[in-house]
Amino acid sequence: MLDIYDFYNRMERNNIMLSFKGDITSELLTSILQIMESKLDNMQEEPKIKKKVYNVLVESLQNLYHHMDEQQATDNNNHIRAAIFMIGKVDGQYNIITGNYIQNPNVSGLKTKLDHINTLSKEELKDYYKQVLDNGMMSEKGGGGLGMIDIARKTGQKLNYNFMPVDDMLSFFTLNIKIAQS
Amino acid sequence: MEKIAIEGSPKTPTINFDTDKGFLEIKGRSIPENSIEFYKPLVDSLEKYAGKPQSVTNVNIQLEYFNTSSSKCILDVFKKLEAIHKGGSAVTINWHYEEDDEDMLEAGEDYQAIINVPFKMIQME
Repeated sequence: MLDIYDFYNRMERNNIMLSFKGDITSELLTSILQIMESKLDNMQEEPKIKKKVYNVLVESLQNLYHHMDEQQATDNNNHIRAAIFMIGKVDGQYNIITGNYIQNPNVSGLKTKLDHINTLSKEELKDYYKQVLDNGMMSEKGGGGLGMIDIARKTGQKLNYNFMPVDDMLSFFTLNIKIAQS
Repeated sequence: MEKIAIEGSPKTPTINFDTDKGFLEIKGRSIPENSIEFYKPLVDSLEKYAGKPQSVTNVNIQLEYFNTSSSKCILDVFKKLEAIHKGGSAVTINWHYEEDDEDMLEAGEDYQAIINVPFKMIQME
């Protein structure tokens, strides 16, 4: 049986403010964002940091949401639609962690994209963002491939990610985003 | 001409487009998952307005947050305004940002670099 106390202690050590595992719906995102906004208000976080954290939260959660949507369209297997999300604050630094299944054939495309973003300087990221904004294709749902570029720009840090092979079909993708205090 | 008045929600902005006065404002938050649907009425209305615009068109953008899905749609709105500007209506885009919100100022500058319409960057206290 799952050791809840162990689970609790791990979350406590990592100062997890909110975590969720399951299906990502539009209503859920609305609730998570409302909860996090009032938490940030209660912590009297400076407006600049609060906005950055909120913005990055929106992008990372909506990445999960759009990804779920694609999965749903191509696969009826329920468990692969679920995702995990956590936000914590350790040593003044916010950590946003997301995890979701990805189909193996899609791994190399995403990896190439993330690696490319990670090679770019601040100015190059700005140019790349404008280029994708102006010329990039917009998916039907409105995702324009800008989310990861935006996260890299707003955090000023490299995208820290991992793909863990699960089986012949799937890998588990995790993204660990850090937002420094200033 | 038809006016647009959309009330804001936790994920979508307030939009007022007064075609008689040549005034458009978008304010609040724009973070819907599917933004194309939300912005379609405004984009359609601008398309119509472009046929018979006022001599001056003022645009106020005062966003607290917007997501990347909205950023594409806002670009579409600005492209319509660019066409209206080219067509003879003097368009000005007033881009508001809160003091210290460098990300929002930079976002405005990104649009300014792409769109051929005069921008005014307005810092709010």
